[in-house]
Amino acid sequence: MPGSVGIVSDSLVQARGLRKRFGRFEAVRGIDIDVWAGEVFGFLGPNGAGKSSTMRMIACVSPRSDGELQVLGMDPDVDGPQIRGRLGVVPQQDNLDTELSVRDNLHVYGRYFGMSRAAVRARAAELLDFVQLTDRADDPLEQLSGGMKRRLTIARSLINDPELMLLDEPTTGLDPQARHLLWDRLFRLKQQGVTLIISTHYMDEAEQLCDRLVVMDGGLIVAEGSPRELIARYSTREVLELRFPPGDEHGWPETLSDLADRVEQLPDRLLLYAADGEATLAAAHRRGVQPTSTLVRRSSLEDVFLRLTGRSLVH
Amino acid sequence: MTALRELSREFDASRAALLVRVLPPGLYAGRARMLVLRSALASRSVWLAVVSGFFEPLFYLMAMGQGLGSLVGTVSGPAGQQLSYAAFIAPGLLAASAMNGAVYDATFSFFIKLKYAKLYDAMLATPLGPVDIALGEIGWALLRGGMYSAGFLGIMLAVGLIFSPWGLLALPAALFVAFAFASIGIATTSFMRSWQDFDLVQLAVVPMFLFSATFFPLSVYPSAVQWLVQAFPLYHAVSLMRSLTTGAVGWSALGHLAYFAVMATVGFLVASRRLTTLLLR
Repeated sequence: MPGSVGIVSDSLVQARGLRKRFGRFEAVRGIDIDVWAGEVFGFLGPNGAGKSSTMRMIACVSPRSDGELQVLGMDPDVDGPQIRGRLGVVPQQDNLDTELSVRDNLHVYGRYFGMSRAAVRARAAELLDFVQLTDRADDPLEQLSGGMKRRLTIARSLINDPELMLLDEPTTGLDPQARHLLWDRLFRLKQQGVTLIISTHYMDEAEQLCDRLVVMDGGLIVAEGSPRELIARYSTREVLELRFPPGDEHGWPETLSDLADRVEQLPDRLLLYAADGEATLAAAHRRGVQPTSTLVRRSSLEDVFLRLTGRSLVH
Repeated sequence: MTALRELSREFDASRAALLVRVLPPGLYAGRARMLVLRSALASRSVWLAVVSGFFEPLFYLMAMGQGLGSLVGTVSGPAGQQLSYAAFIAPGLLAASAMNGAVYDATFSFFIKLKYAKLYDAMLATPLGPVDIALGEIGWALLRGGMYSAGFLGIMLAVGLIFSPWGLLALPAALFVAFAFASIGIATTSFMRSWQDFDLVQLAVVPMFLFSATFFPLSVYPSAVQWLVQAFPLYHAVSLMRSLTTGAVGWSALGHLAYFAVMATVGFLVASRRLTTLLLR
């Protein structure tokens, strides 16, 4: 909704022509964003796409170089501390206080927000329960596993009962079990009405969590929509993957190009985008293609990204 | 009259503009004491290291004051009175303990929190701003310096090395000295890039400790060197403490205090500015 800056009450973040420069390098090159109350909004893109720079500007810890930005209806340049008091931030790398116990990490953090001792104590107990760390409350921090530290960071970010949460690559470096536990907690927060902004380079994470997302590349937004919309707009229903021995795949793309809407050649395989993957595979076999292995799968955001940027996201 | 009023308004405006330029708004939430609380909690787990700081000046007092002092005899005090060697160096050690306590937290600990623990990045996700951080860390460092000074002052009192009621003022004076050293320590550390740079801290602190008229009077130096010694802050702290514990208080005490007031102000402003640049980039 352009032209309604600060009036629309359920727009928690609104950016127009937002830019961030570091010296001569421009990390964010003019983006428009609207994040609505209650949704999970994702920034998807490879490392260096400008996701973290954008997240830092929204978190009011990085002054914008140009453009307009409103967070919770306020200007970060003017009302940074007030805005930050109503945000919950989960940074890319854990920066818990290693000199304090698990419980004290929450207590002290709540005090930074100006909460009273009693309020902090009650809230910390509640949150330790929420992230399943109650029995570790008095442990020193170094005794926690990576997943536990991540959960504690999430609990810490919730201490002030934030209206808007910013999570920068929340599950990077976690094992699958820890990731699923974390996703479950984030999903519960969404159900409680907390608005979440997540940056990630994991497709499955974006598909699982996000209502709406933008794909960023080179500091620009290259696509915007729900995961399903993006897949429908930029990809086909199914994808046929053909793997070849190294050096043998040359020539096949031309032979097969008319069998699919689109053919992508990756270093180790060919991707054929088609509505019916099995039928395409049968047609390919009839033309004498003999791959070492084949796979028919549904299109994912990975394919959307490949289509939009010509590059694979996760190598 | 109106012209005068206008002038004063202009002056107010330019002063406000200057303040805004030095410390832009939105950098201070008024909760610096929460950082002091945090440091107090954190120091519980390393209490032995904290307590050990009490003993350093005490060891010096025993080794030099008693040991070396038995060879030295008496030394002339600030007002020309004869002091035992222990009574001469004790205020010097008091000043040094205020400095050391403050410098340790303002340099090593601060560097770790800034570069490795990323503690201040976590704080900036709350309403806290760089000025809260600068004030809070200076506050804790000065408290630590102050605690060491208070402990040592108690020992001086117990063994009869304080000769005047002025000596009571040595504690607030030590806090002020610690404040100035903490501010400059934090400001300096904010420019450091690696651990190698900390050799420079040692290079500043150790000679200051040895040569700032701590262990012998300024008069032993040729006059050119006397000027050099007087340029460094620890000399002013030593002189101030010595005049207070011996009761030889003169106008020069105000000069020493002015030195630390400037040092503390410059340190605090530079520290706040640097933290803003480093953290809000």
